[in-house]
Amino acid sequence: MLNSSLIRKLTEIVGPGGVIHDSKQLAAYECDAYVAQTGRPAAVVLPADTDQVAQVVRCLARAGVPFLPRGAGTGLSGGATPMHQEVVISLARMDKLLHVDFANQRATVQPGFVNLDLTRQVAPQGFYYAPDPSSQSVCTIGGNVGENAGGSHCLKYGVTTNHVVAAKLVLPDGGLVQLGDAYGDPLGLDLLGLLVGSEGTLGIVTEITVRILKRPQEVKTVMAWFERVEDASETVSGIIADGIIPAACEMMDQLAMQAVDKSRYHVGYPPDIEAVLLIEVDGLAAGVDELAERVVEVCRRHRVRTVRVAKDEAERSLWWSSRKMAFPAIGRISPDYMVQDGVIPRTRLTEVLKTIARYSREADLRVANVFHAGDGNLHPLICYDARIPGQTEQATELGRRILELCVDVGGSITGEHGVGVEKIREMEYLFTDAELHLQTRLREVFNPHDLCNPGKLIPRPARCVEVKQAAAALASHTV
Amino acid sequence: MSGTLSQPARETPMQADAPKTGAFAYPEPPDRDRYSACVHCGFCLEVCPTYQETSDENLSPRGRVYLIKQAAQGLLALDEGLQNPVFSCLDCRACESVCPSGVEVGALIEKARGQFHHKAEEEGVASPLTRLFLRGVFAHPRRLRALGRMLRLYQKSGLRAVAHGLRLLHVLPPHIREMEAVLPELSDPPALLKLPERIPTAGSGSRAAAPVTGALFTGCVMDLFFSDINQATARVLTRNGLTVVVPKTQVCCGALHVHAGDREQARALARQNIDAFLAAGADYVVVNAAGCGAALKEYPELFTGQPDLYAKAQAFARRVRDISEVLVEVGFQPPRGRIERTVTYHDACHLCHAQGIRSQPRQLLASIPGLKLVPLPDSERCCGSAGIYNLTHPDMANRLLERKLDDIPEAADAVVMGNPGCMLQIRLGVHRRQAGIDVLHTVQLLDESYRKEVIEC
Repeated sequence: MLNSSLIRKLTEIVGPGGVIHDSKQLAAYECDAYVAQTGRPAAVVLPADTDQVAQVVRCLARAGVPFLPRGAGTGLSGGATPMHQEVVISLARMDKLLHVDFANQRATVQPGFVNLDLTRQVAPQGFYYAPDPSSQSVCTIGGNVGENAGGSHCLKYGVTTNHVVAAKLVLPDGGLVQLGDAYGDPLGLDLLGLLVGSEGTLGIVTEITVRILKRPQEVKTVMAWFERVEDASETVSGIIADGIIPAACEMMDQLAMQAVDKSRYHVGYPPDIEAVLLIEVDGLAAGVDELAERVVEVCRRHRVRTVRVAKDEAERSLWWSSRKMAFPAIGRISPDYMVQDGVIPRTRLTEVLKTIARYSREADLRVANVFHAGDGNLHPLICYDARIPGQTEQATELGRRILELCVDVGGSITGEHGVGVEKIREMEYLFTDAELHLQTRLREVFNPHDLCNPGKLIPRPARCVEVKQAAAALASHTV
Repeated sequence: MSGTLSQPARETPMQADAPKTGAFAYPEPPDRDRYSACVHCGFCLEVCPTYQETSDENLSPRGRVYLIKQAAQGLLALDEGLQNPVFSCLDCRACESVCPSGVEVGALIEKARGQFHHKAEEEGVASPLTRLFLRGVFAHPRRLRALGRMLRLYQKSGLRAVAHGLRLLHVLPPHIREMEAVLPELSDPPALLKLPERIPTAGSGSRAAAPVTGALFTGCVMDLFFSDINQATARVLTRNGLTVVVPKTQVCCGALHVHAGDREQARALARQNIDAFLAAGADYVVVNAAGCGAALKEYPELFTGQPDLYAKAQAFARRVRDISEVLVEVGFQPPRGRIERTVTYHDACHLCHAQGIRSQPRQLLASIPGLKLVPLPDSERCCGSAGIYNLTHPDMANRLLERKLDDIPEAADAVVMGNPGCMLQIRLGVHRRQAGIDVLHTVQLLDESYRKEVIEC
């Protein structure tokens, strides 16, 4: 609970409808889409513009009260979860499209503007916004900047950082800076690059300028069913070895198919296939048909059972919904799930999936796999039931093992979901003390008192040593 | 998937003897299996009208389900912290249409409201509105008819003009006063009284092989304000080869009671309707009010603890069809009378979200010669009517109504829908803006086209 004078000050800034401080109304803000850890905020503030954000932050910084930004709360690593009784600064009311410059292909939005709404708004003129996380119908561009969100099409088009050209940032002391440049190339140190993916630890973004792209002339989507996951994995490598850069290349395993087929996005996958691939090619109308044919050909070379090009937009849209709704559809087969976000070299896919299956058996917890196969970004979905004592911990432990496996084969612990609170321990597995120290010092330039989203992204040094020891001990067991 | 129920009917009662957990100390608490299905992804936020308006997680489907879950675990009390989120919900079910996990938010909300209803009863603080209308009037067909007669007298006798002249209505809250201004003229007696108990088929018949019987559910609001639509429904059915029966002992569907948390009263009404309609032995129970249709289809939910009644409710629910649904199912005859108008179609929440009916009404409209159907942007967003929501939450209801009116394309000279609550609400909006467009039920246009055939041929 905040003291009443602080509540009064915040209310003066954002108006009475913009502050939630009654303890009975705060439970709904205990977590984002990562539910394994929760914490009650001290209050929730809903500012309407940059000036209000700056005033709120200044007020909290002066009082020494920690705070954190929140968009739609769809994050999967607990980045918006108040673990230290922070004041949640919800940017959900800052949801305007401020400016579109079609000639120069730029759009400026407030942070609470929903990702897919940008594409909807510019589509009539033939444009779209490329980063497309599965939650794009609801997640906000501010949150995308915080997490450096990816999506199915980042294989060809890159992730959020490749599309953000400028941002207005309220610093953790309430100061205001403009990073990047809407039209020019960045000069000096790339502070914008540092900001994207910093998970709200460097300040609060209040305006974002992004690139918008011309819609490709033609898009073809191929669905391929495989009896063996090895064949699907080899197909993915085969397509890329063939010189094709698909716009997207996604894979799902049988358990994920079962879950999503129970939802209204029913495709009707056969029960005896191990993997489905969804491959999209796009570009100039003249070449796309041939490209799709080549993709089909590669699938055939790898013992595909059935392969087909979407016959119309309705079918294509259903296939994509089936893929994009797969995470939450896990709710159909399990009361809770935890999604991991490891990245591995594409060529190690088969072997890593097999090891994950073994870990899953050992932990006696089901794991569904839905992932961006083209860029080796895995999303193992660990099914568990939080009502069974100890199972949340078992699931967390299984997740940790999977992430360490990714690191061990030369990959990383997150492709697009961020570190948040969830993967904070694994940061210590991935980075050396010196590297983490450097990151901490860099953060301190922006956020010297660690008031802005404290405890996220970069582990606090105190825990480093013991975890390192534990990790070393574990590594010596497994090798 | 379109054309079927968004949720497959449950074959077995769920959680018949659920333990009374946490803050939910009364019978029929929100089901654990239902709130556990929510994985907190937030995909529902974008379609929730109250979240769109407030951006407050407390007023989102995910937030509401989370709070219900917390209360069930004893982490929150059954008090105002939960009450406002639960009662500010429109029960429009838009969230259910997008939920990848299939969380039945409506059922959770209704059961949570049931807990508050029990608590209010126990503490003797039930709201006068609930008591008067839900138990006092809607539960009693004769009183409802008496209310209708009074309203008719009021409108016809010149009393309305006197009341307006003397500004007598100013004692009422402004939103109710406004609603009074747009109440339709109650010219016809209720169809439930006027229609014969059995109406033989007219027309050349449907493509169905065997003779088909449809039992007409006349509804309360529909029959009170739009009895002509009930008449039109009967005509359209017989025109398409159905024999229509009108079970005279039918009562209010109980939807308003379920929405308000008064499950006991709803159950009593449901039992009477189930008996009345099963006795009629019709192939279909035909409904032209989306809210009633959804409630009738969900009757089994009221009897989860009673296997015999549950089975009976299921047998009943399986026969329930919206008028648009049944016409498409039997293969309706395309009408031939021309109607030269441009109309737009509003998806009533309890048709599209609760019953998954989207294509059928459009199919009917598209079959009318000369009629041009222009799309209504965001047609599945609630208009704010939501049962008695526009009376209990006028501010939010008005905001949603304004958005709905903003969306109506300029080219349209009528907005068409399948629910009387929406019709009253949108009439209010049209009246307020002096928009000069008609607010119609799908069946009215279809009936008009059929009737024109006779004249034209």
